[in-house]
Amino acid sequence: MNILNTRIVITGVGLAAPNADNLTEFRQKLLAGTSEITEIDLRYFGKAPAGICTFPETKYRKKKENKRGTRAGCLGVYCANEALADATLPIDHYDSSRIGVYIGLTEHGTVETENEVYNISQYDYNVDYWTHHHNPRTVLNNPAGEITMNLGITGPHYAIGAACAAGNASLIQGVQMLRLGEVDMALAGGISESTGSFGIFASFQAQGALGSADDPRKACRPFDLSRNGIVVSEGACIYVLERLDDALERGAKIYAEIVGYGMNSDARDFVLPYDKRQAECMELALAKAGLAPEDIDILNTHATGTKQGDIEECKAIRKVFANSKSTYINNSKSIIGHAMGAAGVLELAGNLPAFEDNLVHPTINVTDFDPECDLPNMVLQQPVKLDSVNTILNNSFGMVGINSVIIVKKMQ
Amino acid sequence: MTRDAIRDLILEIIEDIDEDADFDTLEADKPLRDQLDLDSMDFLDIVMELRKRHKLQIPEEDYPELATLDSCVNYLEPLLADA
Repeated sequence: MNILNTRIVITGVGLAAPNADNLTEFRQKLLAGTSEITEIDLRYFGKAPAGICTFPETKYRKKKENKRGTRAGCLGVYCANEALADATLPIDHYDSSRIGVYIGLTEHGTVETENEVYNISQYDYNVDYWTHHHNPRTVLNNPAGEITMNLGITGPHYAIGAACAAGNASLIQGVQMLRLGEVDMALAGGISESTGSFGIFASFQAQGALGSADDPRKACRPFDLSRNGIVVSEGACIYVLERLDDALERGAKIYAEIVGYGMNSDARDFVLPYDKRQAECMELALAKAGLAPEDIDILNTHATGTKQGDIEECKAIRKVFANSKSTYINNSKSIIGHAMGAAGVLELAGNLPAFEDNLVHPTINVTDFDPECDLPNMVLQQPVKLDSVNTILNNSFGMVGINSVIIVKKMQ
Repeated sequence: MTRDAIRDLILEIIEDIDEDADFDTLEADKPLRDQLDLDSMDFLDIVMELRKRHKLQIPEEDYPELATLDSCVNYLEPLLADA
């Protein structure tokens, strides 16, 4: 048997989104189009719309450990534990050395470094006041490592850096490691703590790509003519991934099978997306899944609400899905903002319950639809009920030209 | 600073590090690490807080002087005499 054909399934989901701390609530709010994007006040920068997660931070570890670690670590520990609980999977079911933790990050360490520079600014920039916690907090494996320390996992843990495609990239890594037999269970997903960094907001602003509106809940407006940029959100989503045989053997609830994925590079520009490579990435994933475009029921877009980014993705989708009458298209960022490294996995998670309820959650904040974004079956403002939903495709693209696509299928 | 004030200062710093720290049964002549949830990084936090609050530069070779509550007070008393 070809190990590359080993079937990998999602059996648990743990998440923290700007409007929910579990999948049930998240799904309800996505279907209702309930945004809880708020306005925050950042050091140096000032006010900006942002997505902030509210979740029981001390449910799985002490306040002392949250203080010692990072916000990303705190989000990760919560989501990893929630994913295991959701999977009804005791941590000792698998040998701890055979569990892998793969966490996608757009960036890490920015928040901690900014905080520390600010700290020493209070002491005339004397580096004697620079914290000894800086290095363990800012190493790229920090969030994944905090999860292993919390759960006593002794298998591999590391971060995947792939800008805003990172969540999907870590999911792909989990699939690959399970197929290779390197691990027997994977905790894979993405985390973002970017709302703690004034620099990230300032950089988007300098680029003319930071979303705004009088009402922060309307600041992220993908596909709307008045869209003016990204809304930065924190968030996290971690999946329990298992081989299908193992999941069936223990009688696990199976959310979906990961049947296809693709990743490629634009090789062109630091920030501008490129429809041609995005289309190729979707085709890669479809080929790997052995599916045709018309086999995809829901296409969950990456669109962040930037002028060019949304148009570019719609062009890419048009190339691949032009002849598909059965593919419905939505966008989650309009509701939760852009959770950066967590975006792909968080948005995919929000769509997984469609396999049960057959609903496509809407893209909100579209009052003046941009004709350049026109595609058939765009789900706007209200959810759409389909006869059945069997496949979901998630797009996640990132800076410096990185594209990722994941396709999941309902277990029959 | 009096011995009692130094003692309170140390306990206040430890409480900042771990608000769940239980001082009720703390024995002043026994190592803090054996009685509280403190590790080497936490001790560096104590050193840093003393630096921030009282501009004390405690050399690394003196860190063992911070092992117990009593030894902290003994060590810090002359250094904080004018505080």
